[in-house]
Amino acid sequence: MHNERSGFLTLMLTVGLAFLYIPMVLLVIYSFNYSKLVPVWGGWSTRWYKVLFESPEVWEAVRLSLQIAFINATFATMLGALAGLAMVRFGKFRGRTLFGGMLVAPLVMPEVITGLSLLIFFISLKELIGWPLERGFTTITIAHITFSLAYVAVIVQARLTGMGVSLEEAAADLGAKPFTVMSSITLPRLAPGLLSGWLLAFCLSLDDLVIASFVTGPGSTTLPILIFSRIRLGLRPDINALATIIIIFVAILVAIAAYIMLRQQRRELIDQQMAARGDV
Amino acid sequence: MSSVKKEKNLGTDLRYYISLSADKLQSKWKTIVIFIPFAWLLLFFLTPFFIVAKISLAELVITSPPFSKMIEWVDGGVITIRLVFDNFIYIFDDPLYARTYLNSVKIALISTFLALLIGYPIAYAIVRSKPVTKQLLLFAIILPFWTSFLLRVYAWMGLLADQGTINNILIYLGVTDTPIRLLYTEFAVYIGIVYTYLPFMILPLYANMEKLDGSLNEAAADLGSGPINTFFKITLPLSMPGIIAGSLLVFIPATGEYVIPDLLGGGNVQMIGRQLYNEFARNIDWPVASAVAIVLLLLLVLPMAVYQHYQAKAAEVK
Repeated sequence: MHNERSGFLTLMLTVGLAFLYIPMVLLVIYSFNYSKLVPVWGGWSTRWYKVLFESPEVWEAVRLSLQIAFINATFATMLGALAGLAMVRFGKFRGRTLFGGMLVAPLVMPEVITGLSLLIFFISLKELIGWPLERGFTTITIAHITFSLAYVAVIVQARLTGMGVSLEEAAADLGAKPFTVMSSITLPRLAPGLLSGWLLAFCLSLDDLVIASFVTGPGSTTLPILIFSRIRLGLRPDINALATIIIIFVAILVAIAAYIMLRQQRRELIDQQMAARGDV
Repeated sequence: MSSVKKEKNLGTDLRYYISLSADKLQSKWKTIVIFIPFAWLLLFFLTPFFIVAKISLAELVITSPPFSKMIEWVDGGVITIRLVFDNFIYIFDDPLYARTYLNSVKIALISTFLALLIGYPIAYAIVRSKPVTKQLLLFAIILPFWTSFLLRVYAWMGLLADQGTINNILIYLGVTDTPIRLLYTEFAVYIGIVYTYLPFMILPLYANMEKLDGSLNEAAADLGSGPINTFFKITLPLSMPGIIAGSLLVFIPATGEYVIPDLLGGGNVQMIGRQLYNEFARNIDWPVASAVAIVLLLLLVLPMAVYQHYQAKAAEVK
C-alpha cells in the first residue's frame, strides 16, 4: 500500500509526532533555565549542569547503573540469542510451549508483580542456601537479565526468521559442519540483530525503576531510583539537566544501532542484486 | 568379487556411523542451547511466581522473613500443610481493594481506547507513506520507547503542574486567571499512560496493516465504494489482529502501572500497582502483598493468554 496519504492522516501524523516530541523538547529547554523554579523562565544558564556534576550521589548512581546495564546487556544478549535460536531453528522440542510462554510473559508482565516475586525469591533463596547475602548489584543484575533476555529473543527471532535457511542449507550441502555453519554463516548474519539487542537490553536496564526498587538493598541506589526519589517531591532543575544528558546519550546509542542495521540491510540488498545479475 | 562388495559395505557402514555420531553431537549441542536460557527462565521467572503463590497463603509473623512456613515438621514427623486463605478473604472483604482493582481496570481500558484512537491513524499514515519516509517515521515512533520511561513521565509533570507550561499558556491567552488543576488528577494519569505506551499501540498496528493487500481497496473503489465505506468494510476488519495485539500490549502493563499513578496521579488516583508497592514498602505485609499480586495476575491471565495466542499465530503465518 503506497497510496497517497489523505489530508486527515497527515494531520494526525503531525499531531501525533508533536505529542510525542514536544514534552521532551520542553524538558531539554528548561534544563538551561537559570531559575530554581522549573516552569518559571529566568534566562539561559548551565548552572544546573554544574550542580549535577558536583553531586557525588549522582556520580555513584551513574556508575552503578552503567555497570549493571553493561553486564546485563552482555548476558541477556547471549541468553536471548540462544533462546531465539532454539525457538526459530530447532523445530518442535519438549517444553517448547512453556519456553515460548516464558519468553513472551516478561514483555507484558506488570513490573510490580515481577519485582515482588523476584524479591521474595531472593529472600527465600537466602534462607535456603545463604545466597545472595546482600541485595543490590547482583540481585538487580539477575532481575534485569531475566526480562531483558526476552526482548533480545524477540529481536533475534525476527532476524532469524527474516534470514531464511537457504544459505545455511547450501553450506551444509557443501559439507560444512554444523559448528562451521553456525560460526561462519549464522552468527555473522545475526550480528547486527545481536548488537541492537545488546543496546536495547542496555537501555532497558538503565531505565528500570520498579523492579530495581524491589530487589535492591540498602546502599545500592541506581540512577532511576535516585531520580524517582527526587521528583516525587516535585520538579527539580538539576533533574532536567540529568534528563537532557540521558536523552542525548540514548539517542546517540539508538542512532548507531539504526545505522548498523540499515547498512547491513543495504549490503544484503546489493549482494542479492549482484547474485541476480550473476556477478558473484 | 565378494571382498570388494564387503569393503563397499564397510564403507557405507562407516559413513553411516559417522553421520549417526554427528547427529548425536548435534542433538547434544541443541540440548545445551535450549537448556541454558530455559533453566535461567525456570529459575528466575517461573519459580518466583510459585513462591509468591505460596506466600500469599501464609500468615504474617513477626520474624525475618515476615511470613510463616507452609510446611512444618510437627511432633512425630508428620508434615502438615497449612493453607491460610485469610489474605484473600481480607482483600475481597475490604472495599478499598475491590475499588482499587476496578479503578485500575477502568483507567487501563479508557487509556487503551484513547491510545487506539490516536495510534490507529498514525499507523495508517505511516503505512501509506513512501518507503524512505516510512523508515524515518518508524524510527521517530520507536525512539521515545528507548528513552527513559521515568523521564517521559517527568516531562509531563512539567507540562501539567499548577505553574507548568500548559497553565502558563492558558493564563497568557486569558482563558483562565487561576491555574487549572491538571497534575495529580485522573486526567493526568490518562495522558501519562497514552503518552508512554503509544509506541506499543502503533508498532503492532503498523506491522499488521503493512501486510494488508492494497488491491482489495482498489477493487472496492472500482465497485463504487467510497473511502469511508471501504475503510469500515475492508481495512478496519482486516486490521483486527493488529488492534487486538496493540490494545493488549497497552492494557496489560497499564493495569499494573505504578510510576504513572504515583507521579501524575499523586494520592488522588488509586491503582492496584501503587497499592501493591505501598503494601510491600510501607506496611511490610508480604503475605497480603503477595495475595494482591496473585489476584492481579489472575485478572491479567486471560488477556495474556489471548496475546500469546496471537503472537504464536503471527509467527506461524511468517
